[in-house]
Amino acid sequence: MSARRFWVFIEQEKGQAHPVSWELLGVARRLASEVKEEADAAGDTVHVESILLGHQVEAIAHEAIKYGAERVYLIDEPELADYRNCPYYKTIAGVARKYQPEVMLIGATTLGRDLAGAVATALRTGLTADCTGLEMGEVKGAKQKLLLATRPAFGGNIMATILCRQSRPQMSSVRPRVFPMPPYNPDAVGEIIREEVPLDEKDTEACILEFIHEQAENVDIEYADVIVAGGRGLGTPEGFKLLEELAHELGGVVGASRPCVDAGWISYAHQVGQTGKTVRPKLYIAAGISGALQHKVGMQNSDFIIAINSDPNAPIFDVADVGIVGDLFEVIPAMIKEIKARKEALA
Amino acid sequence: MFHALVAIKQVPDTTNIRIDPDTGNLVREGVPAIMNPYDAHALAAAVEWKRKLGGKVSVISMGPSSFVITIREAVELGADWGALITDRKFAGADTLATSYTLATVIRAIHEKDPIDVIFFGKQAIDGDTAQVGPGVAVRLDVPIITYAVKIRDIDLRKRQIIVERKTEKWTEVVEAPLPALITCEKDIAEVPFAPLPDLIRSLRYEPEMWTADSPVAFDPEYIGVRGSPTIVFKMGTPPLPEAGEKVNSREVGVQAAVKTALDKADAAGILKPLLGGVK
Repeated sequence: MSARRFWVFIEQEKGQAHPVSWELLGVARRLASEVKEEADAAGDTVHVESILLGHQVEAIAHEAIKYGAERVYLIDEPELADYRNCPYYKTIAGVARKYQPEVMLIGATTLGRDLAGAVATALRTGLTADCTGLEMGEVKGAKQKLLLATRPAFGGNIMATILCRQSRPQMSSVRPRVFPMPPYNPDAVGEIIREEVPLDEKDTEACILEFIHEQAENVDIEYADVIVAGGRGLGTPEGFKLLEELAHELGGVVGASRPCVDAGWISYAHQVGQTGKTVRPKLYIAAGISGALQHKVGMQNSDFIIAINSDPNAPIFDVADVGIVGDLFEVIPAMIKEIKARKEALA
Repeated sequence: MFHALVAIKQVPDTTNIRIDPDTGNLVREGVPAIMNPYDAHALAAAVEWKRKLGGKVSVISMGPSSFVITIREAVELGADWGALITDRKFAGADTLATSYTLATVIRAIHEKDPIDVIFFGKQAIDGDTAQVGPGVAVRLDVPIITYAVKIRDIDLRKRQIIVERKTEKWTEVVEAPLPALITCEKDIAEVPFAPLPDLIRSLRYEPEMWTADSPVAFDPEYIGVRGSPTIVFKMGTPPLPEAGEKVNSREVGVQAAVKTALDKADAAGILKPLLGGVK
């Protein structure tokens, strides 16, 4: 009998938890359920757990429990107040050596990517970056189900499923918004276990002298409810003004495909796709976007997709809930007008 | 004297990769190979600081012998010395095996000729993993600064580096003791045009060829396929979701097409909350 532990790293900065941590708790719960039957038969137990580092962050540990963690390993130290690679990876590796998790998931944010490669190397295990699909599946020759991690490869043109046979934990990083938010259960109960990992003075030598906040470009397309995105079909950078107007009517933000960003029509912060942001808004309107695979992997999980393109064979229509074949410079103004009218009617 | 080491990778220009629609296979023919763009910027930064402080820039790359051209390109851009790590035994390496291989090479170079700063691109455009830089730093037990956008200072006397790194939320100014490893964004430095003497030198430049046995011996357990915990289980094009209804505005008229689309969004329960929520 053994304990099969599914771990999620809870990312926090300045006392703010990153929502990708909760999304991954939802994934961990599902993965755990996928091995439940197998574990029961073998007399093993299955646990969804998380690891949280920081200083005075116990409140976040309670949040993690409400999002689905049965147990939170909390390492609360002044040296861990701000994220730094070395003390963080050494601490996580230390606690992981003690509890031997089977799977470890980390958000593929700038912080998570900095951390994940270091933790995996310290533990001498396999790590698959930017996964878009995760499941526990049977593999020939393996006694237990293994983590099957699927990710886009070659610039998002093909999907590869990666697995890690021997080394543990099986690690994956996952971008925000690839998976949905799990339900929040205010009555959930769980356990908080405080851990201590001794650090050398050398581990904390690198230090942050200053944080510079730039407010100028603060577009949060990842967590927007509505995105109106434009592609090459806009023809000129001015085309985005029209999209902004529609986005404004719907309380949304403007997104863009990679060619527009590469051409300098709009900043990278707006880019949706494998090399930009992954999004899953309630409504995604794609205007003049042909729908290269690398764009589609970044937006196909949106709740509802409207595609507008003059080419009836554009691949974007394959992922759209409804497609309008036509000139976006006629369709978008008509849409703005129609939405204004419907708002009037509702008021 | 400043000694920078830059790890560079040759990659297919992924913006040109396409899938054969009939077979679903990658079309590799005619895809040009380039130096990973982030690595080119990292190299440019290393060369800039060499010119400021005096010293030298070494480059290493791992891959088949044809990758010599990438080392020559680095010499053209101002590198002084280069080695290609090339052996069939290294083939099939995942990021863990790659970080072992590169760290072993860097340690061997460092023992002969101490290195101050190790430069990596923030990620390679073919894999986009961003895992090898952090992996090498862990193996060498040196501090790492990822997503570097600016080197404010390298002080060889105080043995420290000050770097600006850009995260999703803010820019951090980080100070770390040397030797340190940084992974670079394109902002770190402009890739310059090669000066003529470097261009001429690069044409005939022959990098050192390092194999799995010489000049350093690698542990065969840790390289190539054997040293790689991850394997590709399967490859394929993603399944196509079911396409929704398509309306042609030229046939039904623009207004009717828009109405149909919004009605469908409404029927799915998407639209009303959005309209109600904004004035």
